[in-house]
Amino acid sequence: MIAANKTPKRIKRGKDDIAVSTISYTVAGLFALVCFIPFLLVIIYSFTPYDLYLKNHFDLWPERWTLEAYEMVMRYQYIWSGYKNTIFIAVIGTIGSMILLVLTAYPLTKKDLKGRGLIQKLWIFTMFFSGGMIPEYFLMRSMGLLNTLWAMILPGLLGCYNLILMRNYIEGLPGSLEEAALIDGANDIQVLFRIILPLCLPILATLGLFTVVGYWNSYFSAIIYATKRKMWPLQLVLREIVFQSGAQEMQQNMVAEENVSAPFLLKMSSIVVATVPIMCVYPFLQKYFMTGLVLGGVKE
Amino acid sequence: MSSIPVRRKQSWLTYLNKNKYLYLMCLPGLAFLIIFKYIPMYGILMAFQDFNFKKGIFGSPFNDFKNFKQLFDSAKFYTVFANSIVLSVMRLVVTFPIPIILALLINEIRNKAYKRTTQTLMYLPHFISWVVLGGIATNFLSVGDGLINAIIVKLGGEKINFLGSSEWFRFVIIVTNIWKEAGWGTIIYLSALAAINPEYYEAATVDGANRWQKIAHITLPGIANTIVITLVLQVGGLMNNGFEQIYLFQNDLNVSVSEVFETYTYRIGIVGGRYSYSTAVGLFKNVIGTILIFSTNTIAKKLGGATLY
Repeated sequence: MIAANKTPKRIKRGKDDIAVSTISYTVAGLFALVCFIPFLLVIIYSFTPYDLYLKNHFDLWPERWTLEAYEMVMRYQYIWSGYKNTIFIAVIGTIGSMILLVLTAYPLTKKDLKGRGLIQKLWIFTMFFSGGMIPEYFLMRSMGLLNTLWAMILPGLLGCYNLILMRNYIEGLPGSLEEAALIDGANDIQVLFRIILPLCLPILATLGLFTVVGYWNSYFSAIIYATKRKMWPLQLVLREIVFQSGAQEMQQNMVAEENVSAPFLLKMSSIVVATVPIMCVYPFLQKYFMTGLVLGGVKE
Repeated sequence: MSSIPVRRKQSWLTYLNKNKYLYLMCLPGLAFLIIFKYIPMYGILMAFQDFNFKKGIFGSPFNDFKNFKQLFDSAKFYTVFANSIVLSVMRLVVTFPIPIILALLINEIRNKAYKRTTQTLMYLPHFISWVVLGGIATNFLSVGDGLINAIIVKLGGEKINFLGSSEWFRFVIIVTNIWKEAGWGTIIYLSALAAINPEYYEAATVDGANRWQKIAHITLPGIANTIVITLVLQVGGLMNNGFEQIYLFQNDLNVSVSEVFETYTYRIGIVGGRYSYSTAVGLFKNVIGTILIFSTNTIAKKLGGATLY
């Protein structure tokens, strides 16, 4: 993914070479495994049949596989309302966020635009200081947004950090195309959408990925702004299942003669159900991670 | 547009007209900034009032810093303050160097496929939510039938109550934090490493430097600026521990060490309804945080390194 530092091919490998290679291959490899193994275990558990789990909790390769836990999870109505809410939040939030990001960042790249300095200062100040939880809660309340999905979308639409990354990226683009278009009589909106935007796709993909993951995974705004269960996003439903009584509730939904599963297995399959969609986004956008992601000073 | 040289003095109206599209683009962002960032700052006034729903922010009486006096007299407040600082200092000392070390190691891996695979696996945990991670961790760490305790028992040890004891709370927070973010944290350093001129390494090879020397004299200085900026950000965030992680792992058994500013504000404000008092707590946290970030940035500037703003 990252271009290796190109060292010329060596004829001899010295002691230092072997030592550095051994350490880096082993430690990095081990850390990667530690990152991955819990996922593997969750997936295996989610397919483990109830009776085999009762026999041995720690059988890490069951002789039979089953979908019974998934069937129970799928029948839990709040999984579906959670899905619906989360998809709405993530899709609308990300689209809105990208539009706002481009529109706000582009004028800030115009070095001699009057008022640019002030707007930048106002943004940067928000990195250090904020109203805090309670005043933000009151804002949502007075706008009548409590128990709406908008309360979980709007406050996170645009952050200063992304704005800086976007502005720096546009500033790094070659300016000649833009000048040529302006001389040809194009206005700023045309320049932005016809010339700048197509060149910004890598950074938009990267920041879009961060935004969609952020919306998908967050439960903080929901726990504050959504008290009604049908407004809960997936993560809050999952929290109920994993940490509270959600898994027991699922079992109670079942009629006596139907299959039951252990709360633990239900938790594992709920985790898989809630995580798979966002994991699918990851490989597609992985190649963009490195492009244009340079943490630089805010000031030029 | 505005970069084209202007010969005669133009009135502000012509200037505005010429740049009207640029200013139009600014409007949605400005509206967002004012409504969602600056209006809540105005709400901080509540911290100085006996806030009352009927009267609102405009009508509630000011109370001569009563909330702050109460705050500084409360033992609970000092516990919360100490918990927040201890946890974030631990983060700074234990967690902060790990992505740097990992990035240096990954940088030394020459086999492209191996490098790619380790990176892909390391980035994975960043993409799951705290709820999912918390769910995995609490199940695997549980005293009853958790996998980790089963392994400990098998190795001849005694079961550890990771989740229900104040002694292990910080350990769990730090370890889960490393697991989730350390791999992802390497990205920023790896992109700095990729920008190092390969000729430096070639020249060093010609001069007979070994790989340790190259790491010490080329690679590390190459990411020094990035380390400084990340450090400034981290120290500036010393008052923040993040709500989502702490709240998930918090329970009655560990609350004496797990109550930090974020969870405390939530508990007394949103749940308890003491709006003025919890706004005061939030304001205190914010002011200290702002002082921290300004001072670390000034120190970084004095040292001649990179600065954040």
